[in-house]
Amino acid sequence: MIRNFLKRLYLVFIFILLYAPILTLIVLSFNSSRTRAKWGGFSLKWYSELFQNEQILQALYNTLVIALLSSLIATIIGLMAAIALNSMNYRMRTFWMSMVDIPMLNAEIVTGISLMMLFVAVGNLLSFAGIAEGITFGFWTILIGHITFNLPYVVLSIMPKLKQINISTYEAALDIGASPLYAFYKVVLPDIMPGVFSGFLLAFTLSLDDFVITHFVKGPGFDTLSTKIYTEVKKGIKPEMYALSTLMFVSVLVLLMIVNRKPKEQKNAVRR
Amino acid sequence: MSNKLIDLVNITKSFDGEVVLDDLNLYIRENEFLTLLGPSGCGKTTTLRILGGFENPDKGKVIFNGEDITHLPPNKRQLNTVFQKYALFTHMSIAENIAFGLKLKKKSKSYIDDKIKYALKLVNLEGYENRRPDSLSGGQQQRIAIARAIVNEPKVLLLDEPLGALDLKLRQDMQYELIRLKNELGITFIYVTHDQEEALTMSDTIVVMNQGYIQQIGTPEDIYNEPQNAFVADFIGDSNILHGTMIEDRLVEILGAKFQCVDEGFGRNKPVDVVIRPEDIDLLTPEKGTIQGVVTHLIFKGVHYEMEVMANGFEWLVHSTDMFPVGTKVGIHVDPFDIQIMNKPESEDEEAVAVGE
Repeated sequence: MIRNFLKRLYLVFIFILLYAPILTLIVLSFNSSRTRAKWGGFSLKWYSELFQNEQILQALYNTLVIALLSSLIATIIGLMAAIALNSMNYRMRTFWMSMVDIPMLNAEIVTGISLMMLFVAVGNLLSFAGIAEGITFGFWTILIGHITFNLPYVVLSIMPKLKQINISTYEAALDIGASPLYAFYKVVLPDIMPGVFSGFLLAFTLSLDDFVITHFVKGPGFDTLSTKIYTEVKKGIKPEMYALSTLMFVSVLVLLMIVNRKPKEQKNAVRR
Repeated sequence: MSNKLIDLVNITKSFDGEVVLDDLNLYIRENEFLTLLGPSGCGKTTTLRILGGFENPDKGKVIFNGEDITHLPPNKRQLNTVFQKYALFTHMSIAENIAFGLKLKKKSKSYIDDKIKYALKLVNLEGYENRRPDSLSGGQQQRIAIARAIVNEPKVLLLDEPLGALDLKLRQDMQYELIRLKNELGITFIYVTHDQEEALTMSDTIVVMNQGYIQQIGTPEDIYNEPQNAFVADFIGDSNILHGTMIEDRLVEILGAKFQCVDEGFGRNKPVDVVIRPEDIDLLTPEKGTIQGVVTHLIFKGVHYEMEVMANGFEWLVHSTDMFPVGTKVGIHVDPFDIQIMNKPESEDEEAVAVGE
């Protein structure tokens, strides 16, 4: 009895520790007073101000476009990579899978700085060859950066599904007349679709809330929500930013809940 | 019988440096039920996959109806395969599964509907059009897999241990069903199995394989009654395999005793392998037998008793409907035509090489 109670209490304590900062943020985003010190009553005014701020809406638009494009492209490339990895022999697969894993374990700041250096170097090469005058940092560099760090997550979501499928179904489709591409599309893809979908959502979420890498590969005057919050907060605390952060937290939370949702449970069929 | 439909010529195949098939030659006649039989790893499934187009041989040719199809992809071959693990498309209904190949061939809706009806009737699963594959039992799924293959009107149906995952009773039912199907369709069946009983029951021709070599090709009766080497004798059914010496034509010495047999042409005093099937041994009173022994084991098997008899230093396996309790002194008698004499392999290599040239 008491043991169970203590167990529960401990769990509650851990969750308070984990979520207290975010809860504070959410509560303050509804505070009508500008200062953090006192509660001026419930209000949605920071949210309405937020949606009247053109810069913020532009940053939101940038964020959504980059998240959508980068996760889509990463899913397509990642799917192809997973299929290639899956058809390799054991030794090759182990080697290349660890090559896929390393960028994920790498510190974000290192990835960010290396991407920035790469873009500078490529820009120098291009101007040296007289093709272009360097690379402009902005939308395209951020997009490439996000595709890069999203790829391993997509591959990792798809691989287990690919391993589960019965290769005979693919061969059976070929056997009764399907071309390899048609057989893949009709028979293999539906089976691995849950993995592809969760890889896409995971990539979308990661892109949505990425700050470190974006910070290094973005140019002046181009912002995503996370970098916008950072610049605004540097200038001084604005309650609109609480509202914006709350919205980001909630959307990421919802996306993660979709990614982690349990597969449909098997039930006994009912006699009709 | 009818003419050659498929010819495998000098097929060699290895995986990661390990030779699986070594210079294999085999032809398959039109309309025959041919079974590739052997233990796992003998190359039987690889042979089938080369026929289906899922593997390319390293060397050699696959000739189908006079045409070289060695490098033709599976979707362009007039052969269809039934896989060991059913391989139904789980997200499609039974009707969609069966229609898959026909839709690809752009057949009309009414043609496809007729074909689905016909195929389901053929495999005794009428009315299952709208069921999902995972709501069917293993045996039913395998019938659907067969239906899905045969609606494409293949000249040859390749079956890769299709009954391997089913229980004994169902397996026996399906064996009869497959024979009936083959007769109704009038096409060639090439069947892969490691189950010798399955092979004996269904086949017109059995190809016994071991370690990538064909050991013997023949009718079930040939393979069972006249095994050409010790491997075949041992693999097909139970048998007593003994060392013997051919003293002269129609007389062989086994374990110091002389037995009459019907084999000729081995020469005088030539060492040979002798195969005697357990059901061909007659147990008599000691004085009537060629050699004498003592019953050491007795098991009731349903159809017959299985006994082991220790005689002249060898444990003889005997199947008989007469029961002799453990400890009984018996005489062993074998009729001359029940003794099968085989040349001894001359080297270890030859044990795996095809005999009979």
